[in-house]
Amino acid sequence: MEFGPYLFIASLEGAITAAVLALTAVGLSIVFGIMRVVNVAHGEFYMLGAVFAWWITNLIGGHPAVGFVAAVIITPVLVGVLAVIADHLILRKIDYDPERTIVATIGLLYVIQQTTLMTFGPEARPVEAPFNKRIALPWIEYGEQGLALIWPWGLSTTTYKLAVIVAAIFILLMLWLLMTRTRIGLIMRATQLDREMATAHGIPVNKVYALVFGLGAGLAALGAVLIVPIQQAHYLMGADPLLLSFIVVIIGGLGSVVGTIVAALFIGLSDGIISVFFTPTLAKIIATLAVAFVLVFRPQGMFGKPE
Amino acid sequence: MSTAVRSSILHLSVLCLLATLFFILPEYHSGNIARILIMAVYAMGYNLLFGYTGLLSLGHALFFASGMYGLGLSIDHLGLSAAPAMLVGLFSALAISTIIGFLALRTSGVAFMIVTLMFAQAGYLTILLAGKYTRGDEGFVIKQSDRIIAGIDLSQADNRYFAALILFAIVFIFIGILVNTRFGKTLVAIRENSERARMLGYDIQRHKLIAIIISGSLSGVAGAAYALLFGYAGATFSTVQYSIYPLLWVLLGGAGTTIGPLIGTVFMTYLIDISSEYTSAYMLIAGLVLILLTLFAPQGLAGVLRKKFLPWLP
Repeated sequence: MEFGPYLFIASLEGAITAAVLALTAVGLSIVFGIMRVVNVAHGEFYMLGAVFAWWITNLIGGHPAVGFVAAVIITPVLVGVLAVIADHLILRKIDYDPERTIVATIGLLYVIQQTTLMTFGPEARPVEAPFNKRIALPWIEYGEQGLALIWPWGLSTTTYKLAVIVAAIFILLMLWLLMTRTRIGLIMRATQLDREMATAHGIPVNKVYALVFGLGAGLAALGAVLIVPIQQAHYLMGADPLLLSFIVVIIGGLGSVVGTIVAALFIGLSDGIISVFFTPTLAKIIATLAVAFVLVFRPQGMFGKPE
Repeated sequence: MSTAVRSSILHLSVLCLLATLFFILPEYHSGNIARILIMAVYAMGYNLLFGYTGLLSLGHALFFASGMYGLGLSIDHLGLSAAPAMLVGLFSALAISTIIGFLALRTSGVAFMIVTLMFAQAGYLTILLAGKYTRGDEGFVIKQSDRIIAGIDLSQADNRYFAALILFAIVFIFIGILVNTRFGKTLVAIRENSERARMLGYDIQRHKLIAIIISGSLSGVAGAAYALLFGYAGATFSTVQYSIYPLLWVLLGGAGTTIGPLIGTVFMTYLIDISSEYTSAYMLIAGLVLILLTLFAPQGLAGVLRKKFLPWLP
């Protein structure tokens, strides 16, 4: 393949990474923004999303689309409920102390991951996509008869991959409507601005926190359900999304949802493109160092305003 | 009896107990304890920063690995003998902890945890990237002929046990003395109320930096000693898991106590050792212990002892 089409396919793959990453990272971001805690177990909620999706599609059987639709609906709710339970049993008990929460969620990470290993097993398991038609993509090239559309070999994608991007945009729009246009969104934003003041106005802050923690976990799970027909469900799959979400949330500015989405696009696309030209390990080193240096020298993030 | 006398007696009897254990325990367990003593050195290094200074690092595996690879690579590629290689290990950990300390101390709280985590992750990935020299995940073996200091073959079980015990004893006594010096007391003051310590005229940043350097260097010494005594260096030792372990040991044993790191390391190692006979998901235990400790006993075993029965415990 020529360089141009190669870059095109890399950016398309990058866009899928970015779409799923945006969902996962926004989940982490709202938890940080509203509850002021870092949830290290976020990647495991993502992993649970993929594992539950496999479980539900296998349980239902029949046409892959039926099981998949069920998984899209049930999985985020299930994972969200688990997160609410974790919030109730652990985070509330330590009063959302930032440092103790990190230690406790590291514990939660191992508990979820290892329980999955014991029940689901160490294998990677595939989930069939509800529809998966290969479409060849055209490329414009300057040939003997001037500009012409050609269909280079290997330049193709699937309908499902395009659907993932559309679905992610749709979900993020819904989330934006929820946060800005509904009463519950207003309550969440009020809690984010001033916890004490919100309590004084009769907002049940503990319930809001539980809801936000569940919502964050649900978003991660939803991202995983969307990606699982492309990747596979595996008990260790939570590590990379966690790291990437951290990177995105920190570069986008802690707690800023818009910054998070912009950074997800940027990181997702560049991850796809850099991985094509460099080794993935080098790409990861650059990304982790970038996070460390952003936190050291520009703690408000690349898009945030200084406090 | 004054507190100082009691504390010296406690420290010495722990060391005597450990020395006698070698002659009582079967070989499998004395091998285990040699490993635990080295890891306890790592935990004591971690405890100086976390327990005494109040800085929670999630990236100490980087310092452990610097010591380990400082020693391993200089033996493997530069042909150094064990004793100077040990010094290379110490100085690489010292250099790296100075740089990381300098950068990470610009942040605090949660940001400090994430920055240290990210630097350690970058270190782990760098070890993988330099696979040509480090052999990545697979690691490399340090030959028996290179594991000799002053004519003593450290690959022998008895030599190994007492080498580990001597290193442990040095660090154990060093920490015991250090935390009672002016410097050690200032670290505790910073942990308790850094604003007030600053108002009293202490240079907080400088104290924290020195704490990171000592803590990182001790972790590096533990890493180097591990490679030397057990003859293996691998990228696994630089993963996040090895940054979490010392936190777990110190939390379990009791942060901010001299004896806590040893207690925590012994308990946790045996807990994982026993549970891994039954399941491959042995990290489940580590996770549960972390959650339960955060919820119910943030001061750890030695902390509970100190609170309930032995208020003089150092």
